[in-house]
Amino acid sequence: MTLGTHPLYGPVDDVATQAGHVGHPPRVGFFTDTSVCIGCKACEVACKEWNAVPEDGFNLLGMSLDNTGMLGADSWRHVAFVEQPRRLGRQDGGVAGLPVGPSSTSYAAGVVAGRLRQAERGGGELGTAPLDPGVPGGGPPPPGGADRMDFRWLMLSDVCKHCTHAGCLDVCPTGALFRTEFGTVVVQDDICNGCGYCVSGCPFGVIDRRPTDGQAHKCTLCYDRLRDGLEPACAKACPTDSIQFGTLDELRDRARGRVAQLHALGATEARLYGDDPDDGVGGCGAFFLLLDEPEVYGLPPDPVVPTRDLGRMWKAAGVAALALAAAAFSVFVEGRR
Amino acid sequence: MGSNMAEAHPVGFQWVVEAKARGAKVVHVDPRFTRTSALADMHVPLRAGSDIAFLGGVVNYILANDKIFRDYVVAYTNASFLVDERFADTEDLDGLFSGYDPSSATYDTTSWQYERGGPGGDHRAHKEHASGHQYGSGGPAVETTSTIARDATLQHPRCVYQLLKRHYARYTPEMVEQTCGTPRDQFLQLCDWWTEASGRERTSAVVYALGWTQHTVGAQFIRTATIVQLLLGNIGRPGGGIMAMRGHASIQGSTDIPTLFNLLPGYLPMPSTESGKDLATYLGSIAAHNQKGFWRNADAYTVSLLKEYWGEHATGENDYCFDYLPRINGDHGTYRSAMDMIDGRVFGFFLLGQNPAVGSANGRLQRLGLANLDWLVVRDLAMTESATFWKNAPEIATGEIVPEECRTEVFFFPAAAHTEKDGSFTNTQRLLQWREKAVDPSGDQRSELWFLYHLGRRVQQLLASSTDPRDRPVQDLAWDYAVQGDEPDAADVLRRINGHDLTTGELVDGYLDLAADGTTSCGCWIYSGVFAGGVNQAARRSPRTTRPGDFSLEWAWAWPYNRRILYNRASADPGGRPWSDAKACVWWDAAKGEWTGHDVPDFERAKKPDYVPPDGAVGVAALHGDDPFVMQADGKGWLFAPAGLHDGPLPTHYEPHESPFANPFYAQQGNPTRMVYGRPDNPSNPSPPEAHTDVFPYVLTTARLTEHHTAGGMSRNLPYLAELQPALTVEVSPELARERGLEHLGWAHVVTSRAAVDARVLVTDRMKPLRVQQRVVHQIWMPYHWGPAGLVTGDVVNDLFGISLDPNVLIQESKVATCDVRAGRRPRGPDLVRYLEDYRRRAGVTVATGTRIDTAHPTAPAHSAPRPGPVAEEVRRRLGAAEVAPPTPTRPRTEDA
Repeated sequence: MTLGTHPLYGPVDDVATQAGHVGHPPRVGFFTDTSVCIGCKACEVACKEWNAVPEDGFNLLGMSLDNTGMLGADSWRHVAFVEQPRRLGRQDGGVAGLPVGPSSTSYAAGVVAGRLRQAERGGGELGTAPLDPGVPGGGPPPPGGADRMDFRWLMLSDVCKHCTHAGCLDVCPTGALFRTEFGTVVVQDDICNGCGYCVSGCPFGVIDRRPTDGQAHKCTLCYDRLRDGLEPACAKACPTDSIQFGTLDELRDRARGRVAQLHALGATEARLYGDDPDDGVGGCGAFFLLLDEPEVYGLPPDPVVPTRDLGRMWKAAGVAALALAAAAFSVFVEGRR
Repeated sequence: MGSNMAEAHPVGFQWVVEAKARGAKVVHVDPRFTRTSALADMHVPLRAGSDIAFLGGVVNYILANDKIFRDYVVAYTNASFLVDERFADTEDLDGLFSGYDPSSATYDTTSWQYERGGPGGDHRAHKEHASGHQYGSGGPAVETTSTIARDATLQHPRCVYQLLKRHYARYTPEMVEQTCGTPRDQFLQLCDWWTEASGRERTSAVVYALGWTQHTVGAQFIRTATIVQLLLGNIGRPGGGIMAMRGHASIQGSTDIPTLFNLLPGYLPMPSTESGKDLATYLGSIAAHNQKGFWRNADAYTVSLLKEYWGEHATGENDYCFDYLPRINGDHGTYRSAMDMIDGRVFGFFLLGQNPAVGSANGRLQRLGLANLDWLVVRDLAMTESATFWKNAPEIATGEIVPEECRTEVFFFPAAAHTEKDGSFTNTQRLLQWREKAVDPSGDQRSELWFLYHLGRRVQQLLASSTDPRDRPVQDLAWDYAVQGDEPDAADVLRRINGHDLTTGELVDGYLDLAADGTTSCGCWIYSGVFAGGVNQAARRSPRTTRPGDFSLEWAWAWPYNRRILYNRASADPGGRPWSDAKACVWWDAAKGEWTGHDVPDFERAKKPDYVPPDGAVGVAALHGDDPFVMQADGKGWLFAPAGLHDGPLPTHYEPHESPFANPFYAQQGNPTRMVYGRPDNPSNPSPPEAHTDVFPYVLTTARLTEHHTAGGMSRNLPYLAELQPALTVEVSPELARERGLEHLGWAHVVTSRAAVDARVLVTDRMKPLRVQQRVVHQIWMPYHWGPAGLVTGDVVNDLFGISLDPNVLIQESKVATCDVRAGRRPRGPDLVRYLEDYRRRAGVTVATGTRIDTAHPTAPAHSAPRPGPVAEEVRRRLGAAEVAPPTPTRPRTEDA
């Protein structure tokens, strides 16, 4: 669907040209291969160091080893940790034959969720501001249930997706958000007026406003580093190349190869997320190899840019306006009679 | 095993990830499922401290199923050597070897010698000197030319191979399961994978870290892995080996050029009151006269070191100032020193980048020691707990330290970070990597080099006019490093370490150039060559991509002689051909008449593979063309260690100092030569055969988180790290949480006879109960990074551990103890003291608990490590400190434990 020459939905071959850049470099992005993530959080630290993002509170979240919680104004990278009582491919999690009882993974996740609900903003502070996760309660893991049979521990370093159709950018009334020559999406804090439209415009819940300055902040894919020919700080710091930086076309090829390799090794659950130009955001500049459903990692299963419906909404509004105009005209005409 | 590499060494772990991507199998053997396990093909759980039973099981599997790499084992190990007929194994003596003396808890190692190989004489081990470590890479003196009897068929009942078979015969998969809690099927799967991935065409590597070293049997853990790797032919070959992940950046460097009391640079032993009579006696203690190998040249290394220290003052007439070196007469290690502080035998102390108030076992004892000094110098990046203990130690709440009365005067010197100074790091791969200063240090921060150089310079000035002969070593010191501004030139220091030919003033190219006649100087013989050709070889940065085919030989510099794989002669068969094309490393080029290959050969370049030395040859010349282990006294890899270890020639399963279980193999419960200290300030939890082990029913182990650095001085003050792990946690299994009523994110406290420590609970499937000896045992894990200072604070986990040491290297057992865990927070202040007293009373803990270490003889006496006599007063008098301060109320109270 397009409105004039500006596509609001569906595949776009060249986002930078479409944004008006001439002679621009190829579109770049991240391929985050979660199958080799060791959860070291070097990406979180490198990002904050390079971009001078402030710390956002010394609070124990207790979601496995994750104390960041989610992306926000002060967390541009977030490593999610998911503990599950199930097998990963052909991995032997070392549970068989041990005197174990029921798993505590859903219990522990439930305790954290319950505490977040008691927080001031219901956990909305995560990644953005200090958060008091409330008082404990609920007791030890309940008895009953089937004995745990296996275990796996998934980790994923989440980041802004730098969408082909970026909801944040499309709804920004000031032009603070813009598409760079690299095809990435960057917010300029000297222009942002803090209206917050972008926060509700992002289908991934990435961008947020910082309480101290009221402005929106998110990953810039290290725009300043890109312009100096450097890779983003997180990718540079990643010891296992879980975060790979490169041109989007090349990353997509590499990712497909990696999925095939993992399938051959028995990890048939491996799949890509955000790589498809036909998805609800026209494909992401930062996409992922996942080992489970996206919801497991806190990612929306079917993200859709709000502007997808803009044309239809304008049409509907236009029809309504026309109908109103017609009605008014008929009233006027009839009034003349 | 014993390493959580992904979390503690994430940068090095990239190579494991890369190997896995190329098809390598990765197995993580560890008490808990960690971020390393998450990427492994298999996580194998085991009970903390049971690693010898586990690896002994692997040895047994290899021998019972004939999985050895026979050609390698016969040619390159001591499997075929015969051992003295007086040798008796643990199978004969219920857990002890021949030569044990219960009164001193030491071995006379005479009967462990090779047949006809022993020089005789006194083999009583002096474990107070930690002499095992003194041998370093060289091994002990063993007279070994061509006299060792051997049986190449490995059939002789007294050959090492048969001894090994008998020693490990009872280490079956069933016993592994009973001892370690590892399910039998999983253990056998690991044995399958390990042996399948070893041999002529393939190799396997072992990675370990502090999870192996910090035990009373730590050295023997590593020895057991050595046996496995030698039997499988995995040593000296690409993709093989045993990798020690070191505890900090450049810890390898600080053992090579040591910060240890018992070593001089290059693993030369510190002279003792016995060995240090004169230079000749000392050198005789390092290498036997007719010993093989490169340690035979210790005279050149030592004299060159003395020339470096004392320059022109060191002459042949005065034994090259050998008498200027201090002599040791016992254990002066970090734990002995801490106890000596409490006992008033140490009155001043330097801490450089170390935070024992948090990082060392028995934190309370450490802090009480620090509080009983006259002065303390702390150099660190931040005000650590070791600088602020007098105002924020937990002992203030209990009244044991009174800030107003604490006698210790603390001097804090802010230190420059590694980005603020030039220098080199030596990593776990023996790689010296040079780094340049990025920014000037801010404020009063100064480099370590600056501090020590100017300290030495000022002391030298102060003593310049002294006529006291004891000041001569300082007066004569060649303290003439090049200085830029007031900062010593780090490259000049490295040049001095590399060494010079004093007749020409030129830099030497390696330790083969060193002489014992005073014509060369060298600060550390194994580092000699780092400035070969006048070039700082450590500063080279040609990555592997620019040099296909070799082992990144122009990326930095590895000691010795830039060899990337030690003993790589073993990568070729006895005839000098690689065992396989896939695993080629170095080989004999007959046309050129020299060794060549992808790596720098760790062998004399022109020595033919079939070389047989003439009768009477000694030292390097005595090495055969197929003796790859060129530093060993017999040129072979040691399956059986005829000398050098205090606790036995073959690793034997002993229970940890504190264990809920009796040793299922022998009547001997724990390491019979471990160092124990029965003191009121160092109580032990009871272990079988002692009663009341049920008071502390759980197994406690500790480790690090990626997000923090050791005792926290470098991470708890950094907001970006502190926010990632803001609180001390204790990880428990859901099973234990149900048993003890522990709630996820709620408070709990962990208790031993030393301390109770608060932590927030993480209930996780990553922790798993084990079935050991027909009963379920729970393990508890805690990270140890917190203390009372910094942006995020917490109790000190190391307070939970007592002091018991490995006899070889004097490293504390802080990776395993027994404990209790309770829901809710611990009592505070004096209530805490009473709470712990109650625990000790219920467990029957006295100062004697844990000190009866010989349990193979029911009537054996209790043992505690000997203590040196009171010297402090005398030392104070000699220093003219007439006004010795009387004991103050801040001195530790004696507990009625």
